[in-house]
Amino acid sequence: MKSFKSLLCGTAMCAAGAAHAVDLEVTHWWTSGGEAAAVAEFAKAFDERTEHTWVDGAIAGSGGVARPIMISRITGGDPMGATQFNHGRQAEELVEAGLMLDLTDVAEAEGWRDIVHPVSLLDSCTIDGRVYCVPVNIHSWQWIWLSHAAFDQVGVPVPTNWDEFVAAAPKLRENGIVPLAMGNQPWQASGAFGVITIALAGPEAWAAVSVDKDAEVAAGPVYAKVFEAAAAAREMRQGSNVQDWNQATNLVITGKAGGQIMGDWAQGEFQVANQMAGTDYSCLPGLGVNEIISTGGDAFYFPKQSDADVEAAQKELASLMLSKEVQVAFNLKKGSLPVRGDVDLAAANDCMKKGLAILAQGNILPDANQTLSPDTLGQIEDLMTEFWSDSSISAADAQERYADIIANAD
Amino acid sequence: MAKIAAIPMILTALCVFVGGTLWTVVYSFTSSKLLPKTNWVGLDQYERLWNTNRWIVSIENLMIYGICSLIFSLVIGFVLAALLDQKIRFENTFRTIILYPFALSFIVTGLVWQWILNPDFGVQNIVRSLGWASFEFDPLYNQDIVIYGILIAGLWQGTGLIMVLMLAGLRGIDQEIWKAARVDGIPTWKTYIFIVIPMMRPVFITTLVLIASGIVRVFDLVVAQTSGGPGIASEVPAKYVYDTMFLRQNLGQGFAASTMMLLAVAIVIIPWAYLEFGSRKRD
Repeated sequence: MKSFKSLLCGTAMCAAGAAHAVDLEVTHWWTSGGEAAAVAEFAKAFDERTEHTWVDGAIAGSGGVARPIMISRITGGDPMGATQFNHGRQAEELVEAGLMLDLTDVAEAEGWRDIVHPVSLLDSCTIDGRVYCVPVNIHSWQWIWLSHAAFDQVGVPVPTNWDEFVAAAPKLRENGIVPLAMGNQPWQASGAFGVITIALAGPEAWAAVSVDKDAEVAAGPVYAKVFEAAAAAREMRQGSNVQDWNQATNLVITGKAGGQIMGDWAQGEFQVANQMAGTDYSCLPGLGVNEIISTGGDAFYFPKQSDADVEAAQKELASLMLSKEVQVAFNLKKGSLPVRGDVDLAAANDCMKKGLAILAQGNILPDANQTLSPDTLGQIEDLMTEFWSDSSISAADAQERYADIIANAD
Repeated sequence: MAKIAAIPMILTALCVFVGGTLWTVVYSFTSSKLLPKTNWVGLDQYERLWNTNRWIVSIENLMIYGICSLIFSLVIGFVLAALLDQKIRFENTFRTIILYPFALSFIVTGLVWQWILNPDFGVQNIVRSLGWASFEFDPLYNQDIVIYGILIAGLWQGTGLIMVLMLAGLRGIDQEIWKAARVDGIPTWKTYIFIVIPMMRPVFITTLVLIASGIVRVFDLVVAQTSGGPGIASEVPAKYVYDTMFLRQNLGQGFAASTMMLLAVAIVIIPWAYLEFGSRKRD
């Protein structure tokens, strides 16, 4: 049946005059307005610059919904042409099981090791010296977004770092403004905790715990400070009765909340609401304490297929995604940072430029997705969501359980 | 001949259900991550499971939800049926209204009640705007009572069907029995409790099975209404299994949790089945 189908396709293509052209299905979970516009840039470039066709396989409902579908298609013997995952270890076992296409020859021919910046992104794609994915963008968690309207209303200058923000919180509360907006989705709590950790404990301590899995540091005094701060932030978020992250961002946009700790994707919401960075809202990288960018983001993997034509098309798409023009077009729409340092993003807004400057200085850390397994991250997420919503759990208890998870991390 | 015709069915049942179950139990003793592998770790997965706070909370929630949903479904369902049975006017209309929620899926039910119970838009807001400013009703945002918020939605969706089944059962009772009870001067409520209910045993068994399956299915209601929150206060075991297996890429842990669920169901079902079917053979 399969051979009959490919025969049919072959005939159809010969009739169209385009030899070896392939329909490549690409799955991803980019469905919101800005995201869909960004992925359309990939599709456009692929359709125009190669003889192949981009078949869009968007899966609605965020990565948590999409990833199980993608994985079951790959393991179930119905692989797509290419698929999105986050940078890091989500597809690790699929690669180890030999289900992903080896891109090493493309990477070496084009010198990816020289153009991908930071190079740690390529390391995340590399297993046993072979390259298996293409990083396409950088999304950093390390931001706090502040509402000028909220601070103007209570007559406090807009904070420039976390300590000033904490000091201003009681004033906001008195005036019926929620100091810290945070939705109830679990990943928001654990993400915000990560940001507070890097800001207050510093990158070294964070790396000792999240990269080297040193449980002693996690149980030590530096992290104790972080858990105290998180317990204080827990009080500040009281009253933000929303679920989704963009609803929480909306509280900041409308001045009902003072600030929100959220990754740079929140920027799109401000843009849609016609807010200007610097006049309507401020963004502080690393909570204004440690200016740093964590290099999370998205990468594309190419599941192995038996057809040589498909394989050639997959490699063409891989090299296209990393090309200069496509990187610029895609990342401007997406609001993320490009994965190569040699492109010009003149059209970027203030906050994006701040991010680019930090990136150029090399103040970068890997994302937790790159260093910890989904299982460990899930356990941390459970702990964090429990801790952030239940005031009866003390900072010390939470820290003990956190250290326990790190000790057992794989 | 009939046996030969049943062979495909028997094979399917053996391979898919029994085989799948055994496979799951076997692999729960491995450290499988994203893909099933046979690196044995003994009871490690179970040890971790029972040391996980979220799992304990899930079990507690299922117990509370299960017991409450069983009692309230039966009581409310029967009372509504008994009321409708009083030969009232517009019985059809009432029956339709009460049964209607059953036509909605748990996902829709969950979303509807998420809005109704939202303190800023729903019941609390309405009562407050009527002038009772200190009124507080926000079960979905209160850890201690969130499971009851889910219970309300579950009951709203499910009781209608129970009521209809009960009503059918009540209508099946011979009118002569009612007449005899009246002649003997037995009050109506006593007739219901001591004569009619014991006669409705088959209906009660059916409703019991339906309610029990509803309790096990509670997964999607939670996902739609609270996604386990606030914190982990409304987590349920099925959601733990789904999350660990598909989101956290830890098959071994998910298998261990689902094996525990199977064990729990078996503990309830086996004695019941023994009593129900074992005694029949002796007759």
